[in-house]
Amino acid sequence: MRALGWVYLSAVFLFIFAPIAASFIFSFNSDRFPTLPLGSFTTDWYMRAFSRPEVWQAIANSLIVAGVTAVVSTFIGFATAYTDFRYGFRFKTAYLALALLPPTLPLVIMGLAMLAWLSQLGISGTLTGIVIAHVVLATPFAMAICRLRLSQMDPALEAAAWNLGSSQWGAMRHVILPFCAPAIVSALCLTAAVSFDEFIVAWFVSGLNRTVPVMILEILQGNVDPQINAIGTVVFVTSMTLVVAAQFLIFRKRQDD
Amino acid sequence: MTRRFDPYPHVLRLPLILWQGAFFVIPLIFMAAMSFWLVKNYKLEPNFVFDNWTRMLGRGAFWDAYWITLWRAVLAGIIASAIAFPAALFMAFRLSEGGRRFALLCLIVPFFTSFLVRAYAWQVILAESGPVNAVLGGVGLVPYTMLNSGFGAMVGYLTLVLPLVVIFQTWSLAAIDRNLIEAAGNLGATPLRVLGSVIIPAAKTGLVLGAVFAFIMTFGDFVSPFYLGGSKPPTLTILIIDTTKSGQQWPRAAVVAVVMIATLFAVASAALRAAYGRRG
Repeated sequence: MRALGWVYLSAVFLFIFAPIAASFIFSFNSDRFPTLPLGSFTTDWYMRAFSRPEVWQAIANSLIVAGVTAVVSTFIGFATAYTDFRYGFRFKTAYLALALLPPTLPLVIMGLAMLAWLSQLGISGTLTGIVIAHVVLATPFAMAICRLRLSQMDPALEAAAWNLGSSQWGAMRHVILPFCAPAIVSALCLTAAVSFDEFIVAWFVSGLNRTVPVMILEILQGNVDPQINAIGTVVFVTSMTLVVAAQFLIFRKRQDD
Repeated sequence: MTRRFDPYPHVLRLPLILWQGAFFVIPLIFMAAMSFWLVKNYKLEPNFVFDNWTRMLGRGAFWDAYWITLWRAVLAGIIASAIAFPAALFMAFRLSEGGRRFALLCLIVPFFTSFLVRAYAWQVILAESGPVNAVLGGVGLVPYTMLNSGFGAMVGYLTLVLPLVVIFQTWSLAAIDRNLIEAAGNLGATPLRVLGSVIIPAAKTGLVLGAVFAFIMTFGDFVSPFYLGGSKPPTLTILIIDTTKSGQQWPRAAVVAVVMIATLFAVASAALRAAYGRRG
């Protein structure tokens, strides 16, 4: 019975992780149309993919968008988590809904609404437009991580700082922020990963300024191309590193807790 | 005594309200308003006519897309819940605390990795001459066409939603008071009876939430039906993209989007009432 359980659990995990593993394997495989048995080992697809200037342009765009998104959404997410932690006020439910709902909206709808609205504002087709949309999507994740960390804090700590003569900003600077530091770095990593992988809204609003996943999307509309496995593996490794770093920072066992 | 205005709470509260107001709430309201506008000479013209609504809702193709999208989302919710449940049960009751934690952290990772590249990997794996059919052929079976079909789309949906469903179910199952289960056993209930009368009712919230999220994500997914389902038949998301990108008919796409939001809202609120309402 127990063995059967392990087999079943492994099968579910295999299904979930098969595409990630396959993309990694195929990226080093010489066949254009991979099958079993595998062809020979090659780094050819990487060479080809990364000799294209538009790939580097897309990587630069992605890094800029992910970097700015991470900073802005972590700032908003932290401020929101702190507000929820410390204050009760009228319409707080609506406030929290605003903080947590965006990821439940289908991205295609988000993309259409963003395209229409940013066009009205005249910033559709720019990297700024993508950043604006990605901050909307990423902030809830930053908020959740910071809120989780704040819930581990004794509220008396902040009050103690006030009693010792600290101003509110002083207590924020010397008590709250240091306590939340790992959550803030974690949120920076996670929001960067959210932005780095998002392609639907970015596709709607990007115009000619493609990010990496938007470029993949456009290549995919053409043909089967193993270069996608090479680019995709780099994308996987990047976002998995960010997510694992985020998890490590927020979930590791700590001596000071 | 007059209190001085204290900017501190406002500085921390306002960023979210301003940003999500300007770039989440207003765009959605604008999109809904735009569904009453008209496109003339490739330009949007403010108006208030029901032209787009009657045109879209009057099309048979729209309703075909609506029902297939709804049906697939329901189906994915059921299949994902059914596949996830034994795995979640095993993780909740047979894994150590540390093992469960590690497994859950692993399941969070794919949620943040490019779904597009994962769908492309499935395209290769499931291809007519791909690895799966090579194995099938190796054991003497005929190649099976898996891509550009409902089956292909479902593989994509499950890849997208399974991790989240397993996580929700495991959380709620692991939180059940073990004494309840032991008590039921001591009172002579068979394992199946314990499962049906104790475990499932106690874990109801997580089970329903898992299914609802699977429904929401499938309903709004465009990658699986497009790249693995071959757009046959088109779903509502494909309809939105076609209408926006090639048709340049943003107001008509907005009609589809508003109908989708209304459907999601109705299903989600009904399900949440079921999840948090009276316990079985």
